This record gives sequence, C-alpha cells and structure tokens, in this order.
Amino acid sequence: MADPTNTACEPFRLVRVGQIMGTAISLDLRDSSVTTSAVEDVFAYLRGVDERFSPYRSDSEISRLGRGEMELAECSLDVRQVLALCDHLRLTTGGYFDARAHRSNGLLDPTGVVKGWAVEQAGWMLDAAGAGNFAINAGGDVVVRGRPEVGRRWRVGIRHPGQRDKVATVLEIGDGAVATSGNYERGSHIYQPWTGRPAADLLSLTVTGPSLTYADAYATAAFAMGSDGPAWVARQPGYGAFAVTLDHRAVWTPVAWDIRAG
Amino acid sequence: MPKRGIIASLLTAVGLVLLLSFKTPSETVPPSGTNAALRRPAVAPTPSDATPTPGSRSATTPEPTPTPAPQTADRTVTGPVIQTRYGGVQLQVTLSNGKITDITPLELPNDLQRSAYISSVAAPLLREEALHAQNAQIDLLSGATYTSEAYAESLQAVLDQTHG
Repeated sequence: MADPTNTACEPFRLVRVGQIMGTAISLDLRDSSVTTSAVEDVFAYLRGVDERFSPYRSDSEISRLGRGEMELAECSLDVRQVLALCDHLRLTTGGYFDARAHRSNGLLDPTGVVKGWAVEQAGWMLDAAGAGNFAINAGGDVVVRGRPEVGRRWRVGIRHPGQRDKVATVLEIGDGAVATSGNYERGSHIYQPWTGRPAADLLSLTVTGPSLTYADAYATAAFAMGSDGPAWVARQPGYGAFAVTLDHRAVWTPVAWDIRAG
Repeated sequence: MPKRGIIASLLTAVGLVLLLSFKTPSETVPPSGTNAALRRPAVAPTPSDATPTPGSRSATTPEPTPTPAPQTADRTVTGPVIQTRYGGVQLQVTLSNGKITDITPLELPNDLQRSAYISSVAAPLLREEALHAQNAQIDLLSGATYTSEAYAESLQAVLDQTHG
C-alpha cells in the first residue's frame, strides 16, 4: 500500500530481526508507507524457504531428496529453481562454486546459494510492496535499496579479517548487494573443489553487485580461487571485489573501488 | 573487425590493470587517514545526540529495556537475545551522550564445546571490533558467518532503538 506522494526519506524506522537459516536476518525499513503485513510476509517467506531447504531438518525437501525419498520432479518450484541455479553457478564459476563439493563430505548442499537467493527474493517482495529504502542483513549477506536517510547512501562496513577490532573498509551503496567469504573465526569452511583442501590465499573476499545470489556465489568461488579471485570477479559485468590477502594487503577491482567510502 | 577485437582486448587489459592494491593498516603501520575505521564521517551524525526524539520512531520488535535517564549523560540498553545454531547472543550497551562507550555480552553461546571455544576467543575481540565499527558510522556489517553476525545483529538491534 505505497503512498505515491510519500517519496522522501522520513525519520521512520522499522526493524525486525528473525532467526532463520542458522543466522539472524534483520530487516531495516525506512519507508512508513509499507504495511507491517508486507514485512510479516517477507519473514514468513524466509521461514518457508528454510523449512524446504535446510539440511539440518530431516523433513526438508533437500534432506528427503538426499536420502532418495523424493524425486527432483516432486520438489517445489523453489527447490528445482535453486538446484538449477547451483548447476548454472558451477558452470559460470568454472567449477569453483560447486554445491556438491564445497563441503568436505561431498553431499548435496545448496545452502551456499539458498540464503543469498532467498534474501534477494525478499528484497523483490519489498520492492513490490512499495518499499524504496531498506536494508536486509542475513548474517553478513547484505541487500540495500535507496537511502537510510536523506542525503547519504547505506554504509556497509566490511569486517577486517586480520584485525578483528576494525572494519577493513566501508562501501557506500544505494541499490545493490554485498557478500563476504572469509576464513577468519570459524576456521576454513570453503574447500577448493579440485584439491578438497581449504582455500588459503586470501583472508577474506567481498563481492558487490546488483544481485545477492550472484554476489554470494561469486564471493565463495573467487575466495576459493585465491589470488586469482579478484581479477575473475572484475570480469563479471556489474560486479566488483574487495579482498584482503594473507599479508594484509587490500585488493580492489573497479566496481568496488568506485563505491568505497571517502 | 580485427580492430574491434584489439580494442576489446585492450579494454580487458585496462580492466585488469585497474586492480588496485593497497597496504591495509596493520600493527606495524600507525593509523592514518586511510583507516576508514578510525576516521570520523565527513557528515556529522544526525539527529543531535542531545535531543533524542523517540516519538519519531516506529515500534520495533522485540522491545529493549532501556534504563531511562533523560537528564544524565549515561544510559544502558539491553538488546534482544539473538538465537544462533550454537546458542543465544545478547548484548548490553552503555551510551554516553548518545555514543557507545561500552558493550557487555550478557549471553554468548557456550552450550557446546565448539561454541565455548568461539565465545572465549570471539567475545573480547568482537567487543573491540564493534566499538570501532560504531566509530566508522556504518549501517550494516558484511562478514562471514554465525556468532559474530549474531553479535553484530544484536548490536544493531540495540542501535536501531537508541538512535533518536
């Protein structure tokens, strides 16, 4: 129920945080014109995605598919779409993003795509509901639209992987997405598909661009590529990378460099 | 047609040359103007710290439990418990004149051995990081995975309700 006369940013703020997909997903909405039921719909949708995709739920479609209790053709459209997306991303990234291989046990695991994909859908739901100014942060995967307040863009801090007491840089974004892959904190959780060994060249790699689905997959793939990763991201139209190397050097590609703060 | 191909190749080469490499600040390099985390924003934060305007805020969920002290500089706000796969995260933030001066984790995951490890390693470091992140005047934090994000979300949930 968007009010067409209400186009300016107002000192309005609605924040919701939901614990979904093993992380906290927060929505920061700056448009008073959007109904709370539209916000409820977004979180209901995200919970529904989690129910269908979670490998930690034995009754999810993904778990049943993995146990052979369900055929692909019987799965929901969302599940079939995401699995097709996994195949597409594996080809696009030259095998560096592989939903079957980035876990060491080799089991089917589309979770590397699902969160970014679902949050992107959530952004579109809010667009359709008339929201023009909002941010969604799903455990470090970010989608933003418009402005947080009049006169400035969203400031997205990128954690410094080597010095935890700092952000490594800040990106200023109007409409777009940010995703980061890194080895800090939890130990290595990204494996090179060819060797099965943890990716080791970079401490972290952040990708920004129009789609969170792609930014997320590109961040995972480029991080696995190591020092070749940023150049690879630079060749993807509309996407840019910011990476921190093992010796704490920052590497930028043009699209990301263009939106650095300051 | 060949010329077109050459131009395309050159553009690709230029694109790759544009990969920019900079030394990020580290222990050996004193903080300088290139350190985004330490730099104050060019635009002064608004609204004024001294004039909170709670009426302009909408309801947020869940409600914080602020200790109201409108005339004094210091106040404490407790954030909601954010659940993660490893347990809950809850923060208490002390504000002085609207600025964060201290962050105390009231609850961090420790029900699993792994979580206990993450908590013991992450808690003091994350506390510092969050303070610095606040200095950078960021709206959002991008990084990798679970506990730290719950912490950031919890912090952000507090901030969402302390901004006047």
